[in-house]
Amino acid sequence: MTPLSQMVTKRLTAGVLTIAVVSIIIFIGVEALPGDPATAILGQQATPENLAALRKELKLDLPPHVRYFSWLSDVAHGDLGRSLTNQRPVAEMIGWRFWNTLFLAAAAAAVAVPLAIMLGMLAALYHDSWLDRLLSISSLSAISFPEFFVGYILIAVFAVKIGILPGVASIHPGMTLSQKLVSIILPTITLMLVVLAHMMRMTRAAIIGILTSPYIEMAKLKGIRQGRIIYHHAIPNALAPIINVVIMDLAWLVVGVVVVEVVFVYPGLGQLLVDAVSKRDLPVVQASGLIFACTYILLNLTADVLAILTNPKLRSAVR
Amino acid sequence: MIKKLEEKLEHGKISRRKFLALSAAIGASAVLPGSLFQSKAFAATPKQGGRLRLGLQGGSTSDSMDPAKFNDVFVQMTSMGFLRNPLVEIDHKGNAIPDLAESWEAQPGAKVWVFNLRKGAEFHNGKSVDADDVIFSIQRHQNPELASQIKTLMQPIQVFKKDGPHRVIFELAGPNADFPYLLADTRAPIVPAGTTNFEAGMGTGGYQLVEYQPGVRAFAKRFPNYFKKNRAHFNEVEVTIMGDVNARTTALKTNQVDVINRPDRKTAHLLATDKNIQLINVPGGILYTFPMLCETPPFDNVDVRLALKYSVDREDMLKTILRGYGVLGNDHPIAPTVKYCATGLPQRAYDPDKARFHLKKAGMEGQTFKLHTSDAAFAGAVDAALLWQQHAQKAGIKVEVVREPVDGYWDNVWKKKPWSACFWNARVTCDWMFTMAYAADASANDMQWKNPRFNELLVAARGELDDKKRGEIYKDMQSIVRDEGGVVIPMIANMVDAANTKVKFETPAGNQELDGMRAIERWWFDA
Repeated sequence: MTPLSQMVTKRLTAGVLTIAVVSIIIFIGVEALPGDPATAILGQQATPENLAALRKELKLDLPPHVRYFSWLSDVAHGDLGRSLTNQRPVAEMIGWRFWNTLFLAAAAAAVAVPLAIMLGMLAALYHDSWLDRLLSISSLSAISFPEFFVGYILIAVFAVKIGILPGVASIHPGMTLSQKLVSIILPTITLMLVVLAHMMRMTRAAIIGILTSPYIEMAKLKGIRQGRIIYHHAIPNALAPIINVVIMDLAWLVVGVVVVEVVFVYPGLGQLLVDAVSKRDLPVVQASGLIFACTYILLNLTADVLAILTNPKLRSAVR
Repeated sequence: MIKKLEEKLEHGKISRRKFLALSAAIGASAVLPGSLFQSKAFAATPKQGGRLRLGLQGGSTSDSMDPAKFNDVFVQMTSMGFLRNPLVEIDHKGNAIPDLAESWEAQPGAKVWVFNLRKGAEFHNGKSVDADDVIFSIQRHQNPELASQIKTLMQPIQVFKKDGPHRVIFELAGPNADFPYLLADTRAPIVPAGTTNFEAGMGTGGYQLVEYQPGVRAFAKRFPNYFKKNRAHFNEVEVTIMGDVNARTTALKTNQVDVINRPDRKTAHLLATDKNIQLINVPGGILYTFPMLCETPPFDNVDVRLALKYSVDREDMLKTILRGYGVLGNDHPIAPTVKYCATGLPQRAYDPDKARFHLKKAGMEGQTFKLHTSDAAFAGAVDAALLWQQHAQKAGIKVEVVREPVDGYWDNVWKKKPWSACFWNARVTCDWMFTMAYAADASANDMQWKNPRFNELLVAARGELDDKKRGEIYKDMQSIVRDEGGVVIPMIANMVDAANTKVKFETPAGNQELDGMRAIERWWFDA
């Protein structure tokens, strides 16, 4: 086993433990919320008899630890259980929504990541010029607005006033890929504006930091062109922090887009999680929580592995 | 006076809002005359065709298609001629008319009801509807393990009898002249006998479910063998759940949907300026109530309750909280759209002097009254309480507004705190509303209110099949609740929906939103 794969194994084991802890925290969190699924489902109509009957039906009358371990053993056997509120299998409820979430995240990343790195490089190359300032000011302004505001502005301009793009992104399986892509243009732009500044500024800072180091000075003295210096000498050394930021932003695109989903009526995982929490639907909350936790753990691991692979110093340290 | 206002409205001299406000001001019940609704929507004969697209609030990923569990808008709509049908329909005048039952009759005493089913009605799977399906569909709500939303409503049915394939006899524990109305409930559609999995949405309705993701989207195609010939005019129906009010408004404005429910009241007048959009504004459907616990001091004193009833400026509330999309409440829970609403009772008005008088009579001057409120009760409940605080101050009454968390409001605040905010959907009959929340033994009586005279009248009215006499009894009951009851009802919100002008309909019903939840079955496109 190479040292790198050893590290990956170690991290994955720790990841499983983390997920177990996360599931306990989620369980305690949902338990601590006022009310339970029975009161949430029956709402104002709740009568004591109805509540008791529903609690019995949903097995809520069992003590918490019994419920937690029965859920845990089901999950260990690959069964995510059934929703408490409508008895549908959780896996079925989550599956297609998770793909939708990934679809939107992938679209946003596909636009935002190359654009951010390119603009970051440009800003670094011409740093302190008017171009750099313009890029900084505009991207920082975009990140300063809350995403729902950006979303509404885009809807008001492109869907209502000009009327060229759909303001509602309610995609469904009956649509073709191109129809889906058109539907998600506005949410994609919204997400892009939110993550762009972060990645671009980090790229710029990392490259500028490296441009002041002695070996770049040397390259300059040798008369190598600026573009070549950045591309061949600065970028490889600046990649680690950039990768880290990119991966953190990717994770956010998967787990943090509830608001954008609501604004654009996009059927992703976030809306499901919100509904499930408000109904105290524990199996659904747990499953969504686990997916989000896994996303973070795996993406973090990816970031570290990539950082090691791209950095000669770290590469040899692992070896 | 009200006639004069109607004329002015008809001739366009005053706006609808102004009409509502003025008629409310003179104390008349401000029910818009049905004919005046049709300014944009009027069309004579329904046409067949098209795909109706609705963007609705009121659907959640946790929705179940089991009628016993229904409490959100979308799933309830499925029962109203969309995917399924109940036995009885409520028309826009509040009358019970035939749906899956073609006729019914009470035996003297109103304890035994005979329902004749329509022959030739069939489920989407081709099976024809018979008495067994009806008995199965209604009886299951009584099952204590099912925890049905309408268990208490259906509990009084003691015997279900099948009399041939097309006749069902219900024997009730006590008389109930309004029994047919209970069978019009959204939770009481007829499903095939023996159904255990309801998720396919099997029923007799005008449309067959093709695709459904709870809380996201539903798509249905017209059922060719629908038993009603003059209903279900669209070829296809697509419902998208849109929780966000801005998303719904945008979708309507950009023609991504044809109909939305619950447009933002604050901006509805702006939406209506779009010449392609019509507001559907039907008076009086949601009661905004402030129950007081009548067995808990200081609200056990009727003068305290009266003082508070006089201390609120209802006009101001209607204008500020509902933006005019509502009618004044008169401290009884019968909405103006309901049959037997006592429109003759004087409208209670803001009267700081009377408020002060009753407070003094109760010996409670200087007392601070805590009003527990949250927007969980209704949108604007916190603002309403703050407004009230200002009004009451002028009468020398101190109201302290306690803002409660939205989460768990119904468990921890409502019915627990002595004075809180709440909402009730108006019920289609007086008996239903009173039995559900005002009778001494009602579990949803959120006022601990036990009035012997009221409870006697309630029972008397149930056995009274004479229309006029029942009207008298219900008028007395409304008057008792108004003057002695434990609830302040300052305003009743209208049902407001919006649609593009392609959509046509007859006079919309106000018993529930979207034309009594029957928009899909009743409405049509004008080419």
